[in-house]
Amino acid sequence: MRRWENGWRLALRLVLALVAVGFFAFPIYWLAAISIKSPEEIFAYPPVWIPSGINLSGYVALFRNGDVWAVWNSLVTASVSTVLAMILGTLAAYGIVRYRPGGENLTIWIISQRMIPPICVAFPIFLLFVSLGLVDTFVGLIVLYTAFNLPYVIWMMRGYIQDIPPELEQSALVDGLSRWAVITKVVIPMARGGFFATAVFTFIFAWNDFLFALVLTRSEVVTYPVQVTGYFGSQSTFWSQIGAMSMLGVLPMMLVVATMQRFIVRGMSMGAVKG
Amino acid sequence: MADLQLVNIDKHYGAVHAVRDVSLKVESGAFVVLVGPSGCGKSTLLRAIAGLEDITSGDIIIDGRNVTRLAPRARNVAMVFQSYALYPYLTVFENIAFGLRARGETEAAIRDRVNWAADTLSITDYLNRHPRELSGGQRQRVAIGRAIVREADVYLFDEPLSNLDAKLRDGMREELKRLHARLGRTFVYVTHDQVEAMTLADRIILLRDGVIEQDGTPLDLFERPETRFVAGFLGSPPMNMLDVTVEQADGIVRLEDGQMLPTDGLGIPKETGHYTWGIRPEQMRLAQKGEPHIKVAVDVVQPTGSKLLATTIAGRQKLTVELDAHSGVDAGQTITLAVSTTRTVFFDSDGRRV
Repeated sequence: MRRWENGWRLALRLVLALVAVGFFAFPIYWLAAISIKSPEEIFAYPPVWIPSGINLSGYVALFRNGDVWAVWNSLVTASVSTVLAMILGTLAAYGIVRYRPGGENLTIWIISQRMIPPICVAFPIFLLFVSLGLVDTFVGLIVLYTAFNLPYVIWMMRGYIQDIPPELEQSALVDGLSRWAVITKVVIPMARGGFFATAVFTFIFAWNDFLFALVLTRSEVVTYPVQVTGYFGSQSTFWSQIGAMSMLGVLPMMLVVATMQRFIVRGMSMGAVKG
Repeated sequence: MADLQLVNIDKHYGAVHAVRDVSLKVESGAFVVLVGPSGCGKSTLLRAIAGLEDITSGDIIIDGRNVTRLAPRARNVAMVFQSYALYPYLTVFENIAFGLRARGETEAAIRDRVNWAADTLSITDYLNRHPRELSGGQRQRVAIGRAIVREADVYLFDEPLSNLDAKLRDGMREELKRLHARLGRTFVYVTHDQVEAMTLADRIILLRDGVIEQDGTPLDLFERPETRFVAGFLGSPPMNMLDVTVEQADGIVRLEDGQMLPTDGLGIPKETGHYTWGIRPEQMRLAQKGEPHIKVAVDVVQPTGSKLLATTIAGRQKLTVELDAHSGVDAGQTITLAVSTTRTVFFDSDGRRV
């Protein structure tokens, strides 16, 4: 009797889990399907759930006309800005936690910078970038994403660093490390989970940014979200290329999240309770 | 191995004056214990020696070198923390090796030293484990290993046993003492536990409100406390403090309730007046017939196995007496106690010994 009950419960759980996974995975499946469907299948009604064959013309077009560089541009801007934001943000967070400049208010002010709706600052930043000659450059986007992500990194890393007992650092100082070495050899290893989780989210923010990339790029460093919009024409919309480009944009993210999953889950729960 | 000198150390935390003009010299190879109630400045002083706390004024001299303005790593001290301060992401071996690596020792030297430290502390079997896989006592050993593995001038211990349970603490105390005898290095140890201070130290420095209250051998402090505070701090159960009047001419000590104890005049203050009479529980015994005595009512008895602790009342004052386990004394009885004034102490109204 018991065993039956347990079996049913397990089955019910599995079904619920499958439904949840299906719900969240379906859009990605649909995107992948569009990217390899023939134009007739894309517009067919009732919809074609499973493509009859693999039509790679969308991908071929991306590579042939060089649009695929947009993914590379996204990769460069998101990666470099993530590295910079992580370095600067971690140092700032360490300073805030251990030396308390500005008391509690400084951190609140820093995170408040993140609460500004991006559209409010898009135009002033555009004017600023025009005068600095940073429009449509890697440097411009990287500086912007770094600055935009810094408050988040500082806020998150502050929470993780607060969890590190100060004695661990003091012990290392007495043992012979400098303050800098303490950060790399004690603080970062101790906050490793949170550090990677924060880095992943920072990367995602930069990777997914559409607004600033649209405003601040023209032709040289167009990122993939902006590139995708380029296929919506007034005469026709290139759905297979939209599908292909979107897949290329989603894949790196899926890879990052899959490899860092362990840190992300732990990092999120750690950061969430310690503000 | 080196000596340590503190010269006129002062430390302010904002308006709080944590350490007040403390000066002391610790000889090379000594085991000095800084003891006192919480907030007395003992940990601040230890952290100042390590360089983890800036001092407001004064000088810290280790082995003839003024290290006051040097970073912790330049002072060549090793420290054991109350919370063990082990790195959870490193194995026991790497935890112990940490300080040696930080100082750029060769791999072979690191291996030798770590193995020696592990052997000394009997933790060789755990070298490949992580701290989370160890018990409290084992972690404590690793923390000590981290310190002794280095050839430091001075070894600092900040309440290292306070996180252990009572039984483990007794064992570790013994081991620390053995370790000190074996290494012969300079140990400075902070604790609030008077038993630890008494059992471990060659020399105790008792601090109160940032000032050295008394500095001497454990026996000195125990038998000849200079102040009432020192007398009350050391010893368990604590010293009894009775308000008395001494009549010097007759050699009589009169208790608050009017009882008079004739003495032979030895050990009592030279002037007639009011005093606090400090008597340790073990300095009293049941009086023989005809012997001078004080009469007390037994309130509570606590057998400890080897002894019997009796809480008694003399007038309005409480008096704890340590008696023989087979003395047959019980609550509700009235007993007579003999006490010699030669080893007890008297304090004046300022709390200083007379």
